[in-house]
Amino acid sequence: MIRIVEPILKTEDLRVEFRSKEVGGGVKVAVKGLNLAVHPGETFGFLGPNGAGKTTTMNVLLGFVNATSGNAFLFGQNVREPIARQRIGYLPELTYYYKFLSAEELLRFYARIFNIPKSEREKRIDEVLKLVELDHARKRQIKTYSKGMQQRAGLAQALINNPDLLILDEPTSGLDPIGRMKVREIIQRLKNEGKTVFFSSHELGEVETICDRVAILHQGELKREGRVSDIVREFNCDLEQAFLRIIGHAPVNGASSEPAKEFFAA
Amino acid sequence: MNVIQAIAIVVLKEMVRRKDFYVLFIITALITLLMGSINIFRDQSIAGYLKELALLLIWICSLVIAISTTARQLYAEKENRTIFPLLAKPVSRAQLLLGKFFGCWIACGLALFVFYLFLGIVAASREHTLDVGSYLVAMLLHWGALAVVVGMALLGSIVFAAPSSNGTICFVVALGILFLERHLNTVALQTGGWLGNVIYGVYFITPRLDWAFEVREFLIFHNPMPGIVIWTQALLFYGAYAAMLLLAAWLLFRRRALNT
Repeated sequence: MIRIVEPILKTEDLRVEFRSKEVGGGVKVAVKGLNLAVHPGETFGFLGPNGAGKTTTMNVLLGFVNATSGNAFLFGQNVREPIARQRIGYLPELTYYYKFLSAEELLRFYARIFNIPKSEREKRIDEVLKLVELDHARKRQIKTYSKGMQQRAGLAQALINNPDLLILDEPTSGLDPIGRMKVREIIQRLKNEGKTVFFSSHELGEVETICDRVAILHQGELKREGRVSDIVREFNCDLEQAFLRIIGHAPVNGASSEPAKEFFAA
Repeated sequence: MNVIQAIAIVVLKEMVRRKDFYVLFIITALITLLMGSINIFRDQSIAGYLKELALLLIWICSLVIAISTTARQLYAEKENRTIFPLLAKPVSRAQLLLGKFFGCWIACGLALFVFYLFLGIVAASREHTLDVGSYLVAMLLHWGALAVVVGMALLGSIVFAAPSSNGTICFVVALGILFLERHLNTVALQTGGWLGNVIYGVYFITPRLDWAFEVREFLIFHNPMPGIVIWTQALLFYGAYAAMLLLAAWLLFRRRALNT
């Protein structure tokens, strides 16, 4: 008997339009009819160049922005309902938290928001701080943390509710190699624990190592979706080269792409 | 309820850990002490004037605390981007607004309690009498009026583009209501015509912060305070007005796009 697994994260013909702030700028389409489905236990890479619509899609999924048309669901619930966010953890691209709080206080605050019972709260805070290796700095105010530590504090807050789905927006951006390695290790551990991870990144090497499937977005349109191994096999190169070809910016067999040719010709 | 309480506690923690809050607090306490203890020309009747000045100072400082802390709440959340991890959790925008409202309002209440306690002790040391009930009623009404001011500043933080413009407008409106509202009725009658009607409209729309403001005079001249029914009605009015402002803030904020 085939067991049909319902996707944890789903978008149906998602379209997001913004009114341009320039005079007479008209309407800018950030996401055009996006259909995505992420299944339980998957590590899903959401890729695209800057301005492709990745963050906008994430903003819709988290309820920050309303879709112009189409729908988005988390655990089968419309993303507009706060309850849809009960089982997710989110790490924004740039980590900013209440800097006057210590990591311990920050986590206690978020634990209260998730209604984690007092008896479990402290245990969970200990677990998460140990996981992100911030146990030694738990009493220090976040403003005294290095960037890498702040990012790990961000991961800690995303994990406080033991989420089934993690949405990570460029989790390693701006970190030094050691910080990147630590964050990558944590994501790998979460993957091994069977968590579903949906993340965007420009570090295609790490995406290739960690992700099961990827979706490549360009100018708001879904250009490609599939297993990393299938894409790599199809293009007979690494994911970075395949990505560049898919979005039409790749040097093919030493020759420049069309936009590059035009640029150099000019 | 847990969410609202958690957000309110963070607002209180932020205020406690901010230095500018203490500066205002200490300056007010010092001036109140000076006003209450000064002895000019050994004239005992001057004590009443000094008490009036101290109460006026408490009112102005409480408005500054209420407006300056509330007006920056949502801006700071957006500017520091703390709003994103917060709203990515099962927190509705209504809960966020209520948490901010209660956090700021409770902070104002704590500041008022200390101010009135300080004034009461200083005044009692000179007058050799302390009517605790009167001070309590004056403080409660003052706190009720501040609920309206906090609601107004929260609504302003959604309407206006910058905290400075919001703060300035709220402060001007609050002072305008305190000092001019009671005269609007008379002005409307004297003006007449459509302009009179407009002034009448303004008179009925604006919150009656002057009710709480006028209670100062009961403290200064040792008159008996209004009965429990009257000040309870005033408190209910302030509560309903603050709820209306919060509802307006929520209606504007609930679908607003927040881009990361």
